[in-house]
Amino acid sequence: MSGRSVLKRVDWLSVLFFLLLVGIGWINIYSSTFSEESPSIFDFGQLYGKQLFFIGVSLVGVLVILALEASFYERFSSVLYIISLVLLLGLFLFGKTIAGATSWYDLGFFNLQPSEFAKVATALALAKYLSDIQTDIKRRKDQLYAFLIILVPALLIVPQPDPGSAMVFFALVFVLFREGLPLYYLGIALLAILVFITTLMFGTTWVGIGLALLIAIFLLVKKSSFKVPAIPMVIFFTVAIAFSLSVNFVYNNVFEQRHRDRFSLWLRLEKDPAKLEEIRKTIGYNTYQSEKAIESGGFSGKGFLEGTRTKGDFVPEQHTDYIFSTVGEEWGFLGTATVVILFTLLLLRLVYLAERQRNAFSRMYGYGVISILLIHYFINVGMVIGVLPTVGIPLPFFSYGGSGLLGFTALLFIFLKLDANRLNEWL
Amino acid sequence: MKKVLLSSIIVIIGITFIGRLSYLQIFSFSPDQVLEDPAIKAIYDYPERGYIYDRNGKLLVGNQPAYDVMVIPREVQPLDTLEFCSLLGIDKEQFIDKLKKARIYSPRLPSVLVPQLSKEDYARLQEKMRKYEGFYIQKRSLRDYLTESAANVLGYISEVNERDLKKNPYYEQGELTGRTGVEKQYEETLRGRKGVQYIQKDRFNRDIGPYKNGILDTLPEQGKEISITLDKDLQEYGERLMNGKRGGIVAIEPESGEILAMISGPTYNPSLLVGRERSRNYSKLHYDTIAKPLFDRAISAEGSPGSPFKTLNALVALQEGVIQPGTTFRCYNGFYVGNTKRGCHCGGGMRNMNSGIYKSCNAYFAGTFRKIYEKFPTTDEGMDVWEKHMKSFGLGNYLGYDLPTGRPGRIPGKTYYDKWYGDNRWASSYIISNSIGQGEVAATPIQLANMTAAIANRGHYFTPHILKKIGGIPIDLPQFTEAKYTTIDRKHFEPVVQGMADVYKKGTAKWLQIPDIEIAGKTGTVENFTKIDGLKTQLTDHSVFVAFAPVENPKIALAVYIEHGYYGARYAGHIASLLIEKYLKGEITRTDLEKRMLEKTLEHEYAKPHSGEEFKINEYVW
Repeated sequence: MSGRSVLKRVDWLSVLFFLLLVGIGWINIYSSTFSEESPSIFDFGQLYGKQLFFIGVSLVGVLVILALEASFYERFSSVLYIISLVLLLGLFLFGKTIAGATSWYDLGFFNLQPSEFAKVATALALAKYLSDIQTDIKRRKDQLYAFLIILVPALLIVPQPDPGSAMVFFALVFVLFREGLPLYYLGIALLAILVFITTLMFGTTWVGIGLALLIAIFLLVKKSSFKVPAIPMVIFFTVAIAFSLSVNFVYNNVFEQRHRDRFSLWLRLEKDPAKLEEIRKTIGYNTYQSEKAIESGGFSGKGFLEGTRTKGDFVPEQHTDYIFSTVGEEWGFLGTATVVILFTLLLLRLVYLAERQRNAFSRMYGYGVISILLIHYFINVGMVIGVLPTVGIPLPFFSYGGSGLLGFTALLFIFLKLDANRLNEWL
Repeated sequence: MKKVLLSSIIVIIGITFIGRLSYLQIFSFSPDQVLEDPAIKAIYDYPERGYIYDRNGKLLVGNQPAYDVMVIPREVQPLDTLEFCSLLGIDKEQFIDKLKKARIYSPRLPSVLVPQLSKEDYARLQEKMRKYEGFYIQKRSLRDYLTESAANVLGYISEVNERDLKKNPYYEQGELTGRTGVEKQYEETLRGRKGVQYIQKDRFNRDIGPYKNGILDTLPEQGKEISITLDKDLQEYGERLMNGKRGGIVAIEPESGEILAMISGPTYNPSLLVGRERSRNYSKLHYDTIAKPLFDRAISAEGSPGSPFKTLNALVALQEGVIQPGTTFRCYNGFYVGNTKRGCHCGGGMRNMNSGIYKSCNAYFAGTFRKIYEKFPTTDEGMDVWEKHMKSFGLGNYLGYDLPTGRPGRIPGKTYYDKWYGDNRWASSYIISNSIGQGEVAATPIQLANMTAAIANRGHYFTPHILKKIGGIPIDLPQFTEAKYTTIDRKHFEPVVQGMADVYKKGTAKWLQIPDIEIAGKTGTVENFTKIDGLKTQLTDHSVFVAFAPVENPKIALAVYIEHGYYGARYAGHIASLLIEKYLKGEITRTDLEKRMLEKTLEHEYAKPHSGEEFKINEYVW
């Protein structure tokens, strides 16, 4: 397959969304790290200059990815996975510590963060394993292996410590659901989260009463022909209550105060408004500032380079995890809505692309890409606008950082390459 | 299901985010006002407050510099505390305590350590200040009073409170604003406009340059000096005469409506409300609820006008054609309302308008008053006509002068009596006391002075006002320069003025004549009741006097209202006479009269109702 034809067949709509997100992202990085002294965008001493360089490198990377044989990715996925595990292990010996986390290799001109690339490798490896003719996702053993592929890199990342990045790997379970993992797993997980939250908010008693009510309503409205599975129901109820009780125990005895503070802030558990405001301004300082910055942008924003809170560096980590607040302050609702819509369109487009794959590996990898991008976007934006608790992970294509940008670009374009090659998949 | 699961999640997340963002940015959007934005610091440049001059260009209020020692706790370096304290003139405990308070307020922001140093302390301290890091001296401007008088007119300035801040976005916490008097009325003129410079800060509160390159910055606009209509000498003299007396005096130039003097007794030295002792002094004045030095009696004390009001009843009767100047009434040392006799001190006999006025005959004016009402088929109609005439003299409503306080007084109309007695349950006999200025009518001293000015002008007046010039340019405001005409024709004034002139020549004020000046005046003696332990008790009468002079081409019209001053010619008459002489001649020839007024106080009268003992009223001995 010639280079010309791959450029013809690559999904240009996705490329367009990608370029828009990277472009808008860079403009906001420029704004949030702007320095009056050296406004030149090519000043590589400045963060925006560096990011521009990374964008260039990423684009070169895109060309390389598109130029490689599509089958390369499937064939070498295991190797890539093992390399990334080795790199993650190596951090324990040679890692460079930045801001308390040993997540980087110092390459002199550039700090490499292997966890960003491990995401790509894990998505590939998972797709490879699941698409194997021998694998049956309905089998418990295969479910376990698939889960281990996800779990191992995550476990290596947790002690860096970087729990946020580790969490991202679990998004890959969506691939399993797509491939036939029963949905009640998801139902149970959601129910567990629900019980967890409601226990914290209302206490076990009310959770019990609520569940009992739900069951009662269910019994009342059920068709008379429906046979009530009495024993499972009792078990379900008992387990839920037991879980609720254990939540209380874990929350009060295992969690540390800083964790409790995050929850009491997120779920507004603290009822005293003065104390809550105090927590907002101390524990929740970042989110408080980013919410304020976004709020102050209003409908149309303060304008490019006019964000006073951005200029005053009021929002910490604004060029990385909190980049979205710059969008909010300077471009207002118009800007933030545009970014949200762009992400939504890109993700929906990728779902569409994944579903049109004839080859199981491509489809599964596609779902892996979507899962990872979605969880990043969901948790990051959710945190910045104050609907989710603070978890420090970057916004794909947006946040400052070379490894992140290269990793996400590779993640996306490997899939676009596979997609461009889908008509040749009869080999 | 499994195929659309992820798509649905993506869409739901998108909708949730858009929803949250529209809540944040559209519904709870509060634009960062430049001033509320924590990233922007405003540095103000305050212009000097405008000076206040009197009508002759004498300075009344200027400014004096004051020096505050400020501290920024974070920048304080270890220092020789003892030496520094002795320089500041405070002891070490105080110093440590204040520093602690400043640190609690904010380690980064400046706090006042020692307010308002004297000039001498400042001079001593200034050179050594560099040694002490974290401390500096901030210059401020305070009011400087060049008179001890006119506190009620000038008013004072004080720090803005929460209400001011809400009402007027111009002000910032800690700024000053005019609180009463001229300072309040002409606040914006005197204040000018502060300049502002916006500085972009980072989160450590460090300046990182001008915000938006300074395009929002403004230069201060100087406050303008103003001249007020008061005559400093007359005002000061009047306040000296008010020594130990309560009441109000207002003097007006009839041909312009300019207020020449506006005196309220007791008063206070305006300098008391400036500087370090300000709040203590203010409390003292504020909590004196018996003498009420902060209450401006000249414009806010509503009382029965007493006999001066008779002149207006005479004018109304003439205008309505119910009497002629020669019409007579018999005085039986009083007059009868039904079967009750009301007294009169004029001596009895036949009274026409002239002797009715100069002898202040109650019977004559009761008769006149009845005639006004008898002209109309119903009392209601008579009341309307009477009310309309009275109100045309500026009574019974706010006059419209340019001072921020005041009371409307009262000219009771039929609705007032309907409310009091019930619809149509009253008749002219109920309101007969109004004929002699007792009863339900009420007026403030400035209204009485204005009424007198209207008589002096023979039928019109100019709204009394206090502002003369702004920035040296005489004001030309139609509400003050256009004449207000009363409903009485000019021709009816002469007999009344004649009667008032005879008050001095042969009437109730004949001992108060001023050589070479012809004065028209009218005494008033107002009955004065209060409640002591729930019992209605009569106190010594209020002494009232209105006058204008000279009779032809009048230059001054005034009203003097002295509480518990007994009969009209006594305190009020004396003071009116002295003020007229002072204003027209510039010196006093009757020094015995002057001495008596400067020395005599009425404190003993004011103490009577509070003594808890039996007391006599209206004692004739001086």
